[in-house]
Amino acid sequence: MDRILKSNNLTGWLLAAPLLLVLVVFLVIPVIVIVIVSFWQTTEFSIVPAFDLGNYEFLFGSAVTYDVFLNTFKYAFLTWAFTLGIGFTVAYFLAFHIRSQTMQIALALICTVPFWTSNIIRMISWIPFLGRNGLANSALLSMGVVDHPLDWLLFSDFAVILAFVHINTIFMVIPILNTMMRIDKSLIEAARDVGASGAQILWNIIIPLTKPGIMIGTIFVLTLVMGDFITVRFMSGSQSANVGRLISNDIGLLQYPSASATSVVLLLTVLVVVGGLMRVVDIRKEL
Amino acid sequence: MRTSHDLELVHVTKRYAGGAVAVADVSHLFVGGRYVCLLGPSGCGKSSTLRMIAGHETVTEGQIVLAGKEVAQLPPAKRGTAMMFQSYALFPHLSVIDNVAFSLKMKGVDAVERRQEAGKLLELVDMTKLADRLPAQLSGGQQQRVALARALITKPQILLLDEPLSALDPFLRIRMRAELKKLQRELKISFLHVTHGQDEALALADEIVVMNAGKIEQAGPAREVFNAPTTEFVARFMGGHNVLSLPQGRFALRADDVRLATEGAEAVVTSVEYQGAHVALTARAAGDQEVLVLIPEAIFFSDPKYPGDAVRLAWDASRLHKLSA
Repeated sequence: MDRILKSNNLTGWLLAAPLLLVLVVFLVIPVIVIVIVSFWQTTEFSIVPAFDLGNYEFLFGSAVTYDVFLNTFKYAFLTWAFTLGIGFTVAYFLAFHIRSQTMQIALALICTVPFWTSNIIRMISWIPFLGRNGLANSALLSMGVVDHPLDWLLFSDFAVILAFVHINTIFMVIPILNTMMRIDKSLIEAARDVGASGAQILWNIIIPLTKPGIMIGTIFVLTLVMGDFITVRFMSGSQSANVGRLISNDIGLLQYPSASATSVVLLLTVLVVVGGLMRVVDIRKEL
Repeated sequence: MRTSHDLELVHVTKRYAGGAVAVADVSHLFVGGRYVCLLGPSGCGKSSTLRMIAGHETVTEGQIVLAGKEVAQLPPAKRGTAMMFQSYALFPHLSVIDNVAFSLKMKGVDAVERRQEAGKLLELVDMTKLADRLPAQLSGGQQQRVALARALITKPQILLLDEPLSALDPFLRIRMRAELKKLQRELKISFLHVTHGQDEALALADEIVVMNAGKIEQAGPAREVFNAPTTEFVARFMGGHNVLSLPQGRFALRADDVRLATEGAEAVVTSVEYQGAHVALTARAAGDQEVLVLIPEAIFFSDPKYPGDAVRLAWDASRLHKLSA
């Protein structure tokens, strides 16, 4: 007994057990259930356990699926591009232009203030701002920039992307800031010492060394945007769709097998994207 | 003695935003082509001085003149200086050869030519074989050679070294300092080396500049600074000296110039320490003065003393150096 307890193998497993249990119960089993249900059969009034590829055949046979996936990728790409631009700039400012650490921490915390309220509320608060008679349009009208209210501000792809960027930029800022803070300041002095200009330092030193942070932020943003449905619904005024809305609609119609099949395809898509990113940049040494 | 590669500090002051003064009105002429050590305890202003010369710290007041040109307002790369950083500051994502070629890349030199040039520098520091490694795959000594090559590829008139040996273990430190000295002799450019180790400064320097509290305490050839310290601070910092208060004033006296004799100042032995070639004997003399005596070990052991023994200390009056402060 003593020897069994002392064996490293067993203590290792025991230490990992709580986490393993949580992951199995709350991640592995649900995913398995979704995969199983995705093969079941449905009619208007019943769900029948079976092994049937009908859900997938319908999914891949429909032109809507491809449109919706394309739309999902479009949202993900645009949100990624904007959050990266804004997030990198904010992190750069915090890491290299703010000298005192207290100030850095204070400003980084201020970046998280919007998180003190739910993101649905944050989204809805755009509506009075962007609406036909909203603040943005009245301001533009009174300044004489436009002579009739802009319609595309709300319930449009513009509004969807705006809300996505608003909600997700922080997920870019924090990992990029984290890697930037670890860059030894003497590297920048050394680069300047051998004649690099500010732009050359940014391109040759800071961006390469920040890549892991950029990659982690990218994974956060892409997975959050690709799995989202509520932002698209609110901000597009139910006029646009992404894969999340497809699933949510199926669930609303109690079409669980169909929703499961779409979920499985979405999950695989996201895994392929993340896997591809991991091959480009090795983030393991950052974790 | 002036050469065309002299570096001159003219009333240079560094004051930080909080009002703290790191370097206070320092003026000094560093003659070109020499190995100079800036020596002092931490916080004495030696690193600030070096960083001002390099251009990584602004000069509050005064001028820095290198090769007849006022450089204090120029960016680091336009000064004719190159700096080697304490932690080497090698770019971790670039291979050894790309680290060395970095400055040429910034100038827009094409890849083939810059790699060829960097290869020559790597040959100089004997690192050709490891050209494709990343810095993390190198030992401390190898990283230092790469940092040297990266600094030298800019063809500086003066190389600034910020505590270059402090990250190395003692054995490597002695080997690398011999290499630094050899390299300086071959290149015939000025090396300005900041250190807090007096042994390092003595071993390397043609000229030692001792700094304390933002000012230069004493500057001169290594032997002169060691043998004839002008202030109590220098005498104590260089080590191996006693500072004696005598009726005529305060004097520095080398510990190996004191001997045990039958006549002389009365003292009581407080400790005896065997140091190999020498025995370090500490005695308390009149006026509660601690006196360190270094005695060749053969002489000591022919008539050993123990703590508590009464002894008499003697020295030649000519070996006393009057201290100004």
